[in-house]
Amino acid sequence: MSARNSATRTIRGEKNLQDITTAHPDGIGGSPLRPDGTLKVRGEFAYSSDLWHEDMLWGMALRSPHAHARILSIDTTEALTQPGVYAVMTHEDIPGSKYYGLEIQDQPALAFGKVRYHGEAVAIVAADHPETARRALAKIKVEYEVLAPITTEEHCQNPETFGYVHEPEEYRGHASGNVVHSQKVVSGLGVNDDVRAMADVVVVGEYEVGMQDQAFLGPESGLAVPAEDGGIDLYIATQWLHVDRQQVAPVLGLPENKVRLTLAGVGGAFGGREDLSMQIHACLLAQRTGKPVKIVYSREESFFGHVHRHPAKMRYEHGATRDGRLVYMDARIVLDGGAYASASPAVVGNASSLSVGPYEVPNVNVLAIAYYSNNPSCGAMRGFGAVQACFAYETQLDRLAAELGMDPVELRQLNAVSQGSHLPTGQVIDAPAPVAELLQKVKDLPLPPPLDTEHHLDIRELPGALSNTSHGEGIVRGVGYAVGLKNVGFSEGFDDYSTARVRLEVIGGEPVAMVHTAMAEVGQGGVTVHGQIARTELGVEQVTIHPANTEVGSAGSTSASRQTYMTGGAVKLAAEAVRNELFNLGRSRYGWTYNDLSLIGGKVVSASAGVLISMVDLLGDQAIDLTREHHHRPTVPFDKETGQGFGHVQYTFCAHRAVVDVDVELGLVKVVELAAAQDVGKALNPLSVIGQIQGGSTQGLGLAVMEEIITKDGKVRNPSFTDYLIPTILDTPPQPVEIMELADPNAPYGLRGVGEAPTLSSTPAIVSAIRAATGLALNRVPVRPEHITGT
Amino acid sequence: MEFLRPATWDEALAAKAENPSALPISGGTDVMVELNFDRHRPGALLDLNRITELTEWESGTYEGQDGEVIRLGAAVPYARITKELSGPLQGLSIAGNTVGSPQIRNRGSVGGNLGGASPAGDAHPALLAAGKDVFVEAESVRGTRLIAIDDFYVGVKRNSLQPDELIRAVRIPVADGPQQFSKIGTRNAMVIAVCAFGFALHPKNGTVGTGIGSAAPTPRRAPEAEQFLADELAERGLWQSGGLIGPAAVQRFGELVSAAASPIDDVRGSAAYRRHALAVMARRTLTWTWNEYTQSLRSAAA
Repeated sequence: MSARNSATRTIRGEKNLQDITTAHPDGIGGSPLRPDGTLKVRGEFAYSSDLWHEDMLWGMALRSPHAHARILSIDTTEALTQPGVYAVMTHEDIPGSKYYGLEIQDQPALAFGKVRYHGEAVAIVAADHPETARRALAKIKVEYEVLAPITTEEHCQNPETFGYVHEPEEYRGHASGNVVHSQKVVSGLGVNDDVRAMADVVVVGEYEVGMQDQAFLGPESGLAVPAEDGGIDLYIATQWLHVDRQQVAPVLGLPENKVRLTLAGVGGAFGGREDLSMQIHACLLAQRTGKPVKIVYSREESFFGHVHRHPAKMRYEHGATRDGRLVYMDARIVLDGGAYASASPAVVGNASSLSVGPYEVPNVNVLAIAYYSNNPSCGAMRGFGAVQACFAYETQLDRLAAELGMDPVELRQLNAVSQGSHLPTGQVIDAPAPVAELLQKVKDLPLPPPLDTEHHLDIRELPGALSNTSHGEGIVRGVGYAVGLKNVGFSEGFDDYSTARVRLEVIGGEPVAMVHTAMAEVGQGGVTVHGQIARTELGVEQVTIHPANTEVGSAGSTSASRQTYMTGGAVKLAAEAVRNELFNLGRSRYGWTYNDLSLIGGKVVSASAGVLISMVDLLGDQAIDLTREHHHRPTVPFDKETGQGFGHVQYTFCAHRAVVDVDVELGLVKVVELAAAQDVGKALNPLSVIGQIQGGSTQGLGLAVMEEIITKDGKVRNPSFTDYLIPTILDTPPQPVEIMELADPNAPYGLRGVGEAPTLSSTPAIVSAIRAATGLALNRVPVRPEHITGT
Repeated sequence: MEFLRPATWDEALAAKAENPSALPISGGTDVMVELNFDRHRPGALLDLNRITELTEWESGTYEGQDGEVIRLGAAVPYARITKELSGPLQGLSIAGNTVGSPQIRNRGSVGGNLGGASPAGDAHPALLAAGKDVFVEAESVRGTRLIAIDDFYVGVKRNSLQPDELIRAVRIPVADGPQQFSKIGTRNAMVIAVCAFGFALHPKNGTVGTGIGSAAPTPRRAPEAEQFLADELAERGLWQSGGLIGPAAVQRFGELVSAAASPIDDVRGSAAYRRHALAVMARRTLTWTWNEYTQSLRSAAA
């Protein structure tokens, strides 16, 4: 067994978890249960939609029925006269800036002049009852002049003919016309005729990824409470408290310190809460009425209330030698950013820089571009630009393998990056990159037994399941593989630091650590991991997690697979500082000269001299309370023309093997098994890691076979869980997970961000398996029954 | 909005007579969704949950119907139909098992499907297939009216109930032969039908029953397919012999079912796919029921 392999271990399901040893069972490497887990399962957890305040009003937004229209007039008179209505506001009533946005402030808090997407907020109402608010909305008269929507690539490319989403004088993007942002990546010789001539085999494909939704279960909601100092206290479900505040305060015309945010219970996020939704509206209404205002979106409104995953159209060309070595890749990735910029620039950065996948390709030419359009705004969603590209390059690799007559896994392994490889951005992968090994791990897993409907018929195991469409007829099995490349943390020179405050004191005769951060717990398990880190670093049993709020410094966003790395790292730094402070206390009080101190089981222990004192006795009634910031190593922006630059903090890799049964006559799919292998550097909480990998894989499954927001002329046609389908338990197969732990020397504990990588490769692995079963090209996801049956 | 809560059936009929626009609600699996989505704002809701006889079923014989009949209370939930009536109402019980989630199946009922008359209601194809002598008991203070299932669906989400009528029960002949139901959804549970097909063999009178869901403005049967197959089975003596129907006739049956539909393109599926899938489901359900029938013949002979 090689040194590398000896560092790995296998975790499959829960059975082997007890094999994992750790100094403290609830410290890092253990799998203590989530502090909020039981409450959530029992339905007792307070989500943001459960917030309540005496004298509270209900806020509601009037939304545009048009994708593109000029607003000629807004008449709120009749709505204002309705009893129970406390305020009706339009853009004219905004005290501060009229715009907000994550990276580019181009989105009106309330529309003026024009509406640019179906569902854009035009006016807001506060009333004493949601039904009163709803009726008041119906009484607001908005006169629109409907304009032709700009919805296709052709429209976007030709603003002179089809119009501008943002008129040139209002344009705030990074390019011009209807382009929000574009990024090229050129490496080696680029791609030209000479380079093409070096390839023996060329495959060219055009691919399409539909608009996926985060489909979190807890709708957007929050409560804004006006404070005596003229400020606002906002209780909110979000992914990043401080960046919400940064966007909300200017619209309210308040300094940031007058807008205080506290995290409310978050029912999932997946990127959909990176942008603001009801935050500004609730605060404006609270400011106006002097009363607490709550806003809760309905499921339908939620589909209009947050951004989605960018739909993509991609052209990929790969050239390889006869023996399967990649020679070049040429790619054009077109992303539809919708009406407002949201995270489009960063998504373009990811799509372009990760477009090649985890492969060594000597010559590369890539253009990724995001357009403004009158389609729904798109922004952050788990996988963030890397998902779309992965579907294209993995399909290409399958096609290339077929063309070369090679095994698709062997072709991937032959070209896989490893530690020391150069990516097309010029960035060297300076941490382990076990791509070939991960593929081997999923390939070596035993396959699930073949379907045998003759001796054992359980229709729940078949495509269609209880819908009773097949008793074995028409079913063909297929197997497919894929692997992906994802970055961790914010990129391109962004310093997304995290702050943590740790306080150590004696409470009730026991040393207790309190961890205070502004980290948004959105379900990822940060609250569990912070406790584990504090226990490991401080040798205490009891850890309290302080509610997340803006009283402490920023924790950055709960996104980009970064939170355990960044805020976990900050908690580690703060806990280490507290520990040193405690040792210094002992040194100054007792004159210790030991350099081999540690904290174990509530005691200060010297490796040479044994137990020195209990923490309780050392601390007495003193508290040690320290705050630390954690910055990752700096990155730089990509060169505009060549895409060169040390742009990403860390890379992460996941491989999948999908086994599917397809009813080839009806076009229905049942994923039989979805195996994953991922290098996580260090599993701080193995149970959570498995949960992340299985959850991410399932979201990729959704994109593969069902999840898509369908628009026509810019209008959303399926804003409901009746018609926007997400996987149920009968769609979610057994998911064996193989975990590798090859430490990244740059990261706290050697860990790697986990949450997104599995979302990338799951989709192409499943579609590859469907192709294997059907022999069809299937260049678009989600795959619909129509695509399989040719109807 | 008014909320009427009659304690008895007679009170319910009186309330409906007095408030003809009142919307009956029982399980609420359809009505509440409409309310929550703000698609429907009825002036009054008529809550039928206190009327226990609606959640009961009985078997017996009724005028105008041959043989034994199940009189299924309008509010008997699907979960109970599947559990208690999988033999006598085989097709409806399979259909009921495809409705929503377990929670929905614990609340939703055939009365709700009939009241809503959505072309996507899962019960409809099974009711149509169960025979032309399936009757909806429509009651009002004026009395009881039996509506044949073929006369019940009159338009998109419209039925032939009078404004003062409530659905008391459905009278469904006990299955005299194998029945099946298939439904297409783009995931493996909790789906509204892209299209659906109900099928029943009626060896007693030598007919077959079909029902098409979600592929026309109303649930409908495929009369030509029924006629073709009944003729085929009769002319070739297959009812008696239990012989193979053969691929050509099975294929033709599928084509005729498909031709009976008038589907549209929508977000759930294309018209072409619906036609295609109906043909496949028709062939498969025919094959399954015929296999079951021939096996029953053989075991009877043995």
